[in-house]
Formats: sequence, C-alpha cells, structure tokens
Amino acid sequence: MMIKTGGQIVCEALVREGVDVIFGLPGGAILPLYSTLGSYPELRHILVRHEEGASLAADGYARASGKVGVCMATSGPGATNLITGLATAMMDSAPIVAITGQVNRGAIGSDAFQETDITGATLPVTKHNYLVMDTRDLAATIKEAFHIARTGRPGPVLIDIPRDVQAAEIEFDEAEYDKPVSLRGYNPPTTADEDAVAAAAKLINEAERPVILAGHGVIISRAFDELRELAENAQIPVVTTLLGISSFPDDHVLSTGFPGMHGMAYSSLALDHADLIVNIGARFDDRITGDTKRFAVNSKKIHIDIDPAEIGKNIKVEAPVLGDVRAVLNQLNPMVNQTTHTEWVQHIEHLKAEHPSLRIRESDDLLGQQVVKAISDATKGDALVVTGVGQHQMWAAQHYQFKNANSWFTSGGLGTMGYEVPAAMGAQFAHPDKEVWTFAGDGGIQMTLSEFATIAENKLPVKIAILNNNMLGMITQWQDMVFNKNFYANSYTGNPDFVKLAEAYGIKGISVTRENELEGAIQEARDHPGPVVLDFVIRAEENVFPMIPSGQSVEQLIEESF
Amino acid sequence: MAEIMANGLARRTLVALVENKPGVLARIASLFRRRGINIASLAVGASEHSDLSRMTFVAEGDPSTVGHIAKHLDKLIEVVEVSDITDNNVVWRELAMVRVRATQESRARVIQLANIFRVSIVDVGAEAVTMEITGDTSKIDSMITLMQEFGVEQVMRTGRVAMLRSALSQGGEDGEYGDQISSNINTLEGFDSGSV
Repeated sequence: MMIKTGGQIVCEALVREGVDVIFGLPGGAILPLYSTLGSYPELRHILVRHEEGASLAADGYARASGKVGVCMATSGPGATNLITGLATAMMDSAPIVAITGQVNRGAIGSDAFQETDITGATLPVTKHNYLVMDTRDLAATIKEAFHIARTGRPGPVLIDIPRDVQAAEIEFDEAEYDKPVSLRGYNPPTTADEDAVAAAAKLINEAERPVILAGHGVIISRAFDELRELAENAQIPVVTTLLGISSFPDDHVLSTGFPGMHGMAYSSLALDHADLIVNIGARFDDRITGDTKRFAVNSKKIHIDIDPAEIGKNIKVEAPVLGDVRAVLNQLNPMVNQTTHTEWVQHIEHLKAEHPSLRIRESDDLLGQQVVKAISDATKGDALVVTGVGQHQMWAAQHYQFKNANSWFTSGGLGTMGYEVPAAMGAQFAHPDKEVWTFAGDGGIQMTLSEFATIAENKLPVKIAILNNNMLGMITQWQDMVFNKNFYANSYTGNPDFVKLAEAYGIKGISVTRENELEGAIQEARDHPGPVVLDFVIRAEENVFPMIPSGQSVEQLIEESF
Repeated sequence: MAEIMANGLARRTLVALVENKPGVLARIASLFRRRGINIASLAVGASEHSDLSRMTFVAEGDPSTVGHIAKHLDKLIEVVEVSDITDNNVVWRELAMVRVRATQESRARVIQLANIFRVSIVDVGAEAVTMEITGDTSKIDSMITLMQEFGVEQVMRTGRVAMLRSALSQGGEDGEYGDQISSNINTLEGFDSGSV
C-alpha cells in the first residue's frame, strides 16, 4: 500500500491498462492530474491544439490499433469540445476513454467558472459515463471504464473527475486493481446459441443466391480469416458496408465493394437480387437500405451482431444470431457446406460488367476520382487510409483498392467533417512505421486544421491529400440534384492557399492542378520523410455517382452515362 | 399484444431492476426521450435487493420503436434486468388519491359510492373529501368519472406497478399459464370495474 494522489492513481491505472498515448489539452480543473503525468514516461502525452482533435485522434488511434484510445480535457469548454469525437466513436463503435476535469466537489452545481455538467451532456453519446466523487472509487472506475469501452459493442466512456478528487491523497492498493471487473448489468455475449447458428447454417446451405454483407463488426472482432473462410468455402460474394471496407480484400474475386447511396451499383443490385443476405456485424444503416420497405425484398436475412438492440431494429430478420462475430463464424463455418454457386457468381460478374461503377470519365480538369486512383496505384493499396466526410470520402471509398485488413478509417455513422486530420494523426501514432494517407475536403479540413501544429511538432509523416474544389461538394451535389439547383451557402471563396498554410507550419506543401502532375507529386510526397499537404485543385461541380437518393431504393439508382 | 391507442401509438409495460445510484433515472429518461417515447407512467421503489430499485414503466410511442425499447434499456450498464411484460400474465395495481367536492348535501352519496368501490376515505374537510383508490387503471378511471358529478378538485396517481403472476402448478413458469384461468383483471373494461 502506498499513499497516492487521485492524479497519481489515474496514471497508475492508465499504465496498468496498457495505455501508451494520451491526446489531451490541460486546463485549470485537470491540473492536479497533469502535474503527475510527467512522472509517468510510459504515458506519452500528445498536446493537441483543440480538444475535438484529442477525441478524434483517440478514435483514429483506437480503430487503427484495436486498443482503447485515451483523451483528456479540462472542465467546461474543454469537455464540451470533446463531444463531437465521443459521438463519432459512439456511432461507429470505437473504444475510447475520455477523462475530464471537473470543478471542486463543493462547487458543483454552483455555476462555477468553467463548470459544465459533462456527464449529463454526454449521456446520449457515450456507452457509459461516470462522475467520480470519491478518490477511493477512482481506480475501480477507471478499470470498469476500460472494460466497458473495449468489450461487447465497443464505445466511448467518459470519466469526469473533480479537481479536489484528483488532488486528494489516499492509500492505493495495487493488488486491488488486478481483481477482474464484475458488472451484474453488463454481460456482453460471446458465442451464440447453437440452435441460432444451426438455423443460420441451414439458410446458407439452402440458398441459391447468397450475399455476405460484411460490416464494421468483422473488423472490430478481427474476424478477417473467418470471413474469408466462409466466403471461399461456399463461394459467397462479399459486399462490405462503408465501415466494413478492408474487412475483405478488394482484389479478391468474391469482393464486390460497398453498396448503397454512393456505393457500387452492382453491389446494390447484388443485394437486391439475392435470396439470402448474411449480415455479419452491420446494422442495416439507412445509407444502405434506403427505403426499408423496398430493401432487398427477395431475400431472407441472417443477422449476426453482438448488440441485441440492432437485431430487427431496421430490417426484419429470419435468422438472428447474437454473439461476437468471430466467435459466431467459428461456430458457423464447420456447419456450412462447401459449394460453388457458379451461376450466381457469374451473374454478379455480369452485373459488374454491365455497371462499371469505377470507370472514370475523360476530363480536362483534374477529378477527385483520378486523385484517389493515382494514390491507390502508387501505394499499391497498402496504405492506411483516413478520410473526412463528403464527396472525397465517397471517392476514396470507391477508388482506393484496399489490400490489407483494417486499413480504412472513416466517420461513417456520425459523418464528422474534420475527422480527417486528427484521426490520421491517431492512426499514425498507432502505426508509426506505416504509410498513412488522409483524404480531406477543403471544407472539413478547415474544421480541425489546428492539428497541423500537432502533426508538425511530432514530425508525423502523414500525407494529407486535400481534394479542393473550393466548395462544399456534397452540399453542391444535393442542391444540384435534389434542391432544383438552388445553390446557397455551398461555395468557399475565401479558402487559404493550402500550400502556404502548410509551409507556415513547417509542413511540406505541394500544389497539383493537372492529371499529368499526379504521379510525380504523389511520388514526391511519399519520398518526403515528414508530413506533406497536397492541394489537389479538382473540378468543381462534379457529382458522385452512382447515387441512390435518400430514402429511395435500387429502382431509383442513378449512374453516370459514358 | 400491445395496446394500440387511437393516435396509432402503442402502449407497453416494462419492469426493470436497476442500480440504486444517482443519475440512473436521468440515463433511462434520456434514452426514452432520444427514441421519441413518452413515459405515460413511472413507478420507482425499493426491491428485494437493498442496492437495487425496481421500476415499472408504461411507455407510449411508435409501435416498432416502443417494442424495441427493452433491448435499448438492457444496454444501459446500470440496468441489471429488464422485461417487457405487456404480453405476459401480470398482476398490476395503481394507487390514486382523489379530492372530491363534498358538501353537507352530497357527502353521504360520495361516501356511499366510495364504499361500493371499496375505496377508503382518508381525509374529510368541510367542502371536500379525499379518497384513496387502489386497483387497475380502469377502476380508477371509473371512480374518477363517477366523481365528476360532484366536482373532482385534484387527482394524484402513482402510475402502474406490475409483477408477473406466479405459476399455479409446480414446475410451471411464472406468468406463463393460460388465458382461460387468468383472473378478471385483464378482462375488466370500462364501468364494470367495481371490484377487483
């Protein structure tokens, strides 16, 4: 037993949880904790420039590493600035622990300086949260928080710690920390009920036109080999969701890419023509289903998910299987008959030929699609790829051909513009030796580009590709196609010179305006050992196709004509 | 089956066993609010476990959303157990206190009606009496309707508390026995609910 302050106990607990990076920014109410952080060199603190950068970086780190991402902020505005990142992690099931300072216990509720009810504010955007009112509860709370964040369907957990709880001294019992967490109201499933698995296997064995819809759950449970085994054994084509991209190699003969609003036409059609959809860890999101009443009406559905609340939420399911994706696939695979589905696989090949969704049209101006394809070719599909949200995100999802498992990080659920820079930072910290490319819009990048300073300071070799059309591209597209060309508040006439901006931070900047400059510029960026900002000035008013308008079905599929 | 109301919304009854800690009710209320579900009534109190409370909700909302709410509640860490008992065989009760205008002329009739309904009078004043009604919702509704004639001054209802019925035979499952032997509670309607 040793006498320790609350702040020291937080650090001791973080070390025991295997934390190596913390993204944070101090303030008054968290200073007692910060005053002890320096004595724990194994906890590397990365000083961000805005707390949203901290929570989004923790999200990117968590997704890339598979470990819990940690962020810290002070009370009040520091804590509220974290919220967008917490909501991002909540929607996409990323494990994060956020630690916030709070005003002294006696001042809570008095509208003290920098006081905000952050546990109240984050109720709907955290998996769980805590306000720790006694230093003696700190260690157990942190252990519980990490357990909840990383198990079951992962998600963000926030721990709010009043300043005087951080400062108070108590006896810390290290042995106590090693006791396993037991929560009577929290027992996430692992393996599934055998009858449920058998029912699913029966449907697969009977199906003539099965499709696998592989979601983020495959990536979270690291079930890449198990998914591949199922697909290859029964020759089932694999459609990945937007967040399921990189759960199955894009160059695999059974891979058909992502479906839905801006997905591959043939993937949407494959789901529509199927007689069985095997949903593995996806949640039948509205970007995939469109009108739920008209979604894949010809098929039965198997839904494998760890979250019982997802099953039957949007789409009626014939065979629900509740469990961890990897555990369930290990139960399921031995029960699935080896078969070929030759006609069906040929039908999908035919759809791919009839609907060349990845074809890029001729253009005098540089196109976003060309930029992504050039980077995909140059990196041979080997990079870790991060994006913001909007047209560039869809082009990246379409045209980057992923070879490696878990190499694609995007804000799919919340759709957080500004994710690109901080999340790429997090991914690079998780994998210092890997090549990280982030695709940014000129809109989103201006939401979090304060983290350029953090990237420069830490000499992170992130390559930032801005697809710059000087406008909010997806807004422009919707106003063009859905709002009768009523363009408003879509144009960015005051954009900075991104090359000079990068140089102001000591980051290499490269401007690219023509297709024939692509290869050289990308090579130059890859050869540079530090961070690079590439300003790709692309054609404005270019729409993303294919498109299934919001709330519609595959009948309303719009494709580019060549 | 869930009760479908005139506006197309469904009404369901849920019982939850939850940690007795500050903030738990806010967490649950936040979940209902976020999914657009109205809490028609809520009763909270101690359970047989010293550190757990039992809650009974009557929730109203879009049939598919409200049908799913138990699963969402179950995801909350502090909710130890939750069941949607709408379709189960349950005993449920509600308590109401009703203050009725009762002058010298009408008091005898008010008390007579109260006796017929086995309702106890808990307070008598010069101009009004307060009665305590225990029973199912329709009995309370009926009593309040009957009292309108005299003038209902104030109504305070606790909301439903519910419990699964015990099995009638050994080895039978609680709350699962057939409809034909269920008590009259489920069949009571409107003004027939003079007794329980």
